[in-house]
Amino acid sequence: MTEVIPTKQMPPGLQVENVDDRIMTLNVGPQHPGSGHMRIIVKIDGDYIVSADPDPGYVHRGEEKMAESRNYITNIPHLERPVIHDSCNILYPYVLGVEELVGIEVPERAKYVRVIAAELNRCIYIQYWLAIYGIFLGHSTMFMWPAGDRELLIDLMEKITGARVTHAYFIPGGVRNDVPSNFEDVCLRQVNYFEKRIKEYADIFYDNPILKARTEDTGVLSREDAIRLGTTGSVLRASGVDYDLRIKEPYDVYDELDVHTNVLKAGDSYARSKVPWLDMLESCNIIRQALEKMPKSGSVRTKLKPNPKGGEGEVYRRVESGRGSAGCHIISKSKPEPYRLKLSVSSFRNLIALPYLLKGEKLGNMPAVYWSLNYWPVEADR
Amino acid sequence: MSTAETKPPKATPPPKATPPENKEPPVPAFEKSYIDQITNHFSDDIEIEYIKENRTKLNVKKEKIIDIAKFIKDNTPFDHAESVTGVDFPEEKEIGVTYHLGSYTDDTYSKQVLALATRVPREESPNPGNDSTKLPSLRDMFYSVEFHEREVFEMLGVYFEGHPDNRRLLLPEDWADLPPLRKDFKNKGR
Repeated sequence: MTEVIPTKQMPPGLQVENVDDRIMTLNVGPQHPGSGHMRIIVKIDGDYIVSADPDPGYVHRGEEKMAESRNYITNIPHLERPVIHDSCNILYPYVLGVEELVGIEVPERAKYVRVIAAELNRCIYIQYWLAIYGIFLGHSTMFMWPAGDRELLIDLMEKITGARVTHAYFIPGGVRNDVPSNFEDVCLRQVNYFEKRIKEYADIFYDNPILKARTEDTGVLSREDAIRLGTTGSVLRASGVDYDLRIKEPYDVYDELDVHTNVLKAGDSYARSKVPWLDMLESCNIIRQALEKMPKSGSVRTKLKPNPKGGEGEVYRRVESGRGSAGCHIISKSKPEPYRLKLSVSSFRNLIALPYLLKGEKLGNMPAVYWSLNYWPVEADR
Repeated sequence: MSTAETKPPKATPPPKATPPENKEPPVPAFEKSYIDQITNHFSDDIEIEYIKENRTKLNVKKEKIIDIAKFIKDNTPFDHAESVTGVDFPEEKEIGVTYHLGSYTDDTYSKQVLALATRVPREESPNPGNDSTKLPSLRDMFYSVEFHEREVFEMLGVYFEGHPDNRRLLLPEDWADLPPLRKDFKNKGR
């Protein structure tokens, strides 16, 4: 069909492609407001997608290369940049890994503060993601409500960390500073109100026949394929695989809390959009439990030596972020800087499902399928 | 100077913080059982780097990595690859590639991460795709390595034979410099 006839030796990476008179090639992005900072090269036959080729890399910032020339502490602010809305969770595996390398113990109270901050951040991220999903589906209320309710928790994070989105709050050995004195009361009140608000989303979004018509039975990912493709997080749990690292490999104090996982079986865009919302409700439960069990006083930080050195060796730690498993592989050679740092992030792992899901789908369903993958372009590029 | 604060916690860390030595006394039994299952089958080609709680690492020869990966896929519950890390070792004139394998299907293995590492020769002036830095692709066994291997190819210049799609992923199409994660590629201003 498309026979490639190279006329001369091409520079690396460039390709020649003959134009077909039936199949049309469409570039969605990188400037398209719906695609985010990435391009999807879609080939369509009439209304149906023949193939889709994701082309990330427009916001590649070389975080892994940068990490090799900075020490373990100065790496913290730039490593949360891939997902500023979920900065606590994306930093979590790195901080756990450095603690294991340096061999430092974290105070009990700091572990609880971390869990609370991580769950608040998860809600902040999912609300943002849900708001953008509203834009994708042309549902303006679905943009306004989550974006507005998200402010509640952002204010709360601002009280704890001093920053609205990029917190740089987790550090090896604990957290940067203690929570304010009246934090428990304020947090409990805000979270209870927040939970009441997001329960209303069921009526206006998830039981809404228009949203259901747009998302149900589009982009169905079967259980076997979800496992084979190595997807993670909400994509995996929407396809019926019960896998949540907070339960399967509990870190910090998650094993002392009663955490439930949300699994749906359908595997379509509707299930993938509903699992994060159920996660938010679960996060509210976790925060309430953690507030109750948290030691009321005590240190929140074990001090490190000024320029800590990791020993000879390597660690691979992972946590459940707002999108799925976030892994961090650190190779250390007894230097203040990591020899190699690899972030294995969920957006990059879930991207592999996109060409698979879009094949044979109608072009109009593309936004609903694409954003249901809980994909964050900046995180995938790193 | 400030060593006084850090000393007490250093003495207490739980066994997970043990140094990566496989001759340490407490070798976890469960981890050892599945590693033994693999090493018994390929005794000459595998070197155990460490067996720690929930984390194990095997160094294998690159000629055997396909056979070993196939064995792991067929005989152990590891069903997907979580990440592929490429590491440059200029002093040893080698590039290391580490696959992290995990399991979704077996609950007893859900904590386990098996690292399967191999080394390829490294060339001083790389010509990605046309030099000796080549490795067989594991995509047939673990489908999820597809994008990870593309990333390792562009970032370190390791060509994966048998991979259907060895194109650039994150870098610009016209990138004509060294593969950026090699150690001789220097960050500007650093």
